[in-house]
Amino acid sequence: MKPPPFDYIRVDNSDEAVELLAEYGDEARIIAGGQSLMPMLNMRLVRPQVLIDIGCASDLGGIEKKGKVIEVGATTTQSELEGWSNLETNLPLLAAAIPKIGHFQTRNRGTVCGSLCHADPSSELPTCLMLLSGEMELKSKKGTRRVKADDFLIGVLTTAKQVNELATKAIYPVVQDGAKYAFTEFHHRHGDFAVVCIAGMAVGSTIKLAVGGVADRPEVREWQALEGNAIDDALNDFAWDMRGSDDIHATAQYRRELVRHLGRQVIDNLSIQKKNGLAK
Amino acid sequence: MKKFNQEERHTVKIILNGEPVEGIAEPRLLLTDFLRHEIGATGTHVGCEHGICGACTILVNGKAVRSCLMLAMQADGLEIDTIEGLADNDGRFNALQQAFHENFALQCGYCTPGFLMTLSEYLKCNPDPSIEEIKIALSGNICRCTGYHEIIHAALDAAKAMRKI
Repeated sequence: MKPPPFDYIRVDNSDEAVELLAEYGDEARIIAGGQSLMPMLNMRLVRPQVLIDIGCASDLGGIEKKGKVIEVGATTTQSELEGWSNLETNLPLLAAAIPKIGHFQTRNRGTVCGSLCHADPSSELPTCLMLLSGEMELKSKKGTRRVKADDFLIGVLTTAKQVNELATKAIYPVVQDGAKYAFTEFHHRHGDFAVVCIAGMAVGSTIKLAVGGVADRPEVREWQALEGNAIDDALNDFAWDMRGSDDIHATAQYRRELVRHLGRQVIDNLSIQKKNGLAK
Repeated sequence: MKKFNQEERHTVKIILNGEPVEGIAEPRLLLTDFLRHEIGATGTHVGCEHGICGACTILVNGKAVRSCLMLAMQADGLEIDTIEGLADNDGRFNALQQAFHENFALQCGYCTPGFLMTLSEYLKCNPDPSIEEIKIALSGNICRCTGYHEIIHAALDAAKAMRKI
């Protein structure tokens, strides 16, 4: 349970980091908070030749509102975003989802971008990025590019980020006018990985859900004017279409049941918020 | 940019419980092992070494973190607080330790440093927690002796005592 040997390089900015990535390619790994990478190193599931620590990089922190999006820097921790005073008004979905990520001790080090790059199919931040159609900013020596969540999250622990690229920002679109948001998940114990997590939003008569933990990445579906029994049928179809499989945490059947049950909870929550909004 | 070769040993300086200390670390050395084997501060315990059990929880710049999920190199220059720094200057238990003592909130004591350091940060942020909130705050610390009830009661008592300070 000790990491294998590696060279450790502490960089001062993102330019140095991408320079090193260009030199070492897949022999290098980026570390920021290390809450996903350190367990993998300790268990020797990864054996990088070089560990590039971006923790002290001067240009990779911060939370910034730019027009209709919030840009979260690569070294911004989940706790920093959780404690950001404008979170509830700009990103109510994340205000609901972040307290469910791990424990407060892991959120104190774990970064937003790190969780997105780790791309665990059941984790909260990728599921929210999918629902909100957010983007990731990736930087290499050649320049930067932005990749939509749908193209970025490819599968289990797999993203579109190339070995020579550094994730520099996560970009979450802010709350839409009149839209309602809800998040829920089922886990065996608080702080465990979710068995199933569901993020939902309602705009006008459109309902959109993102489901993590069933398919090999969070999946999104959208419906128009969904009501009554049609909701249950729609959720059932969605649950089957994701083709979940059995593992030690839950069977595929149990996951379908969670999608139907939690999906209904999220949709009911959205419609209550809508009614309350109209009453005001 | 600064490179640290894997075979070489490098000086790491930290502020441990208010005192500057330094030790030698190779890049792969975990902060837990640095504290225990290099500095000799063995109050921080090593449990699972992959971030699940919370036994190794310490404060880094005032924030509770897992010291097994951090490299000693990453702690260079930072303020670290461990269980050794909790007691008052005259050596008496602080309010949190006293509450654990009075509530029988430990048996074998292996997990206790982690619980105390977790609560050290948590009770500062939330001085009047509910039982439900304490359960969530402590969900990242595993105890195999007490069954948690005594620990939760100790946390409530400590919060009460600390509100009077």
